Amino acid sequence: MNAFIAIVRRDLLLAMRHRAEAANPLLFFVIVVALVPLGLNPRRETLELIAPGVFWIGALLATLLSLERMFRSDFDDGSLELMLISPQPLPLIVLAKILAHWLVTGLPLVLAAPPIALLLGLPTSSLAVLLTTLVLGTPTLSAVGAIGVALTVGLRRGGMLLSLLVLPLYIPVLIFAASAVSAADGLPVTGQLYLLGALAVLSFTLAPLAAAAALRISVS
Amino acid sequence: MPQTELHRDRNPLLEAVDLSCSRGHRTLFENLALQVSGGEVVQILGANGSGKTTLLRVLCGLQPPAAGSLRWRGRDMSPGAPEVYAEVQFIGHAGGVKLDLTPRENLDVAIALGGRPTGTTVATALARLGIGKFGRRPVRTLSAGQRQRVALARLLTCASLLWVLDEPFTALDADGVSIVDAMLYEHIRAGGAAIITSHHPVALGRVTPRPVSIDAGA
Repeated sequence: MNAFIAIVRRDLLLAMRHRAEAANPLLFFVIVVALVPLGLNPRRETLELIAPGVFWIGALLATLLSLERMFRSDFDDGSLELMLISPQPLPLIVLAKILAHWLVTGLPLVLAAPPIALLLGLPTSSLAVLLTTLVLGTPTLSAVGAIGVALTVGLRRGGMLLSLLVLPLYIPVLIFAASAVSAADGLPVTGQLYLLGALAVLSFTLAPLAAAAALRISVS
Repeated sequence: MPQTELHRDRNPLLEAVDLSCSRGHRTLFENLALQVSGGEVVQILGANGSGKTTLLRVLCGLQPPAAGSLRWRGRDMSPGAPEVYAEVQFIGHAGGVKLDLTPRENLDVAIALGGRPTGTTVATALARLGIGKFGRRPVRTLSAGQRQRVALARLLTCASLLWVLDEPFTALDADGVSIVDAMLYEHIRAGGAAIITSHHPVALGRVTPRPVSIDAGA
């Protein structure tokens, strides 16, 4: 448990010392979401219609942008080798990395959501559902992403491959989350939210194991 | 005879049997037999590209050998066995030191990962390696030799039987080499063992490494 806390703490410290780099995904997210009304029709009905999709596509791409950082620097400076030959269970260490990644990338998206939802003219009645989908969905993005990064970290130009590997796995989250937000204005959404919750639980249980195995292969 | 002989243990800690390693499609070495016992320092010799680093990584369990097997205290060593990792410390080319953290923060993480602190405090370990006054500065601001010392300080704070050091002397000055020499001496006196590589001979005062060559045809 000590190792878990130490890794989370270390990654947060590193993010603090690279504030500009750590803030990049959030900035990207805000820019994408703010540009869409300018490029499309800024009429309220149109925006209400597309806002859930825009929101989630932005969140997904912002997460994708930040994924590679999860293991890249650890791979380059040899810290990853220390984690691999540590007597601590590797999946636990990977779980700590995923949690730290979510705290640095996912949590800011959740916190930035209410003002941006206003910007897109999302009805306030949908805001609670939007926040719930983000809270349930963004951890899944970090966890599933960890598998992709672990598989590609040994490759010099793994960025493209990473997107190809990870994006298809992100699609269920995108579909259920966006549809929940769209339906929030009157229709029941518990089904989508349960599914998002199930995906989060599934990915947090299995992704650390898969990513740990992938890391061992990548480093050898 | 060097004093180190007195403390050599009969049963080898780590034993490699018929070990072969390859990188890509190239075979680096074949049928290597290596035994490392408590109380000795083994120096792996070989030309550049002969597979010294690969051998060390295989011995640590970081990558599987192409053929052959490894035994830890006489038992087959399965890669990823936590009880083996608890006894081995590896310091590779990349020292595993985060440049944006201070030496203290780096060591705190290493201690948490290693799980078995020796009781030597971080401050004491850094002072022993002569970088006590840099404990709170980001490693990025330190020189290559000082960074190497930060990595080596891990050996003092985390308990382990086998030290696996890849080119530990590369960036060190004469003073640094003598510190590491003394650390190795104390380690083997306490029954530990070490495997080091070095492509140039280093004059160690207190420890006499046993050379093992992995060059083809040697």
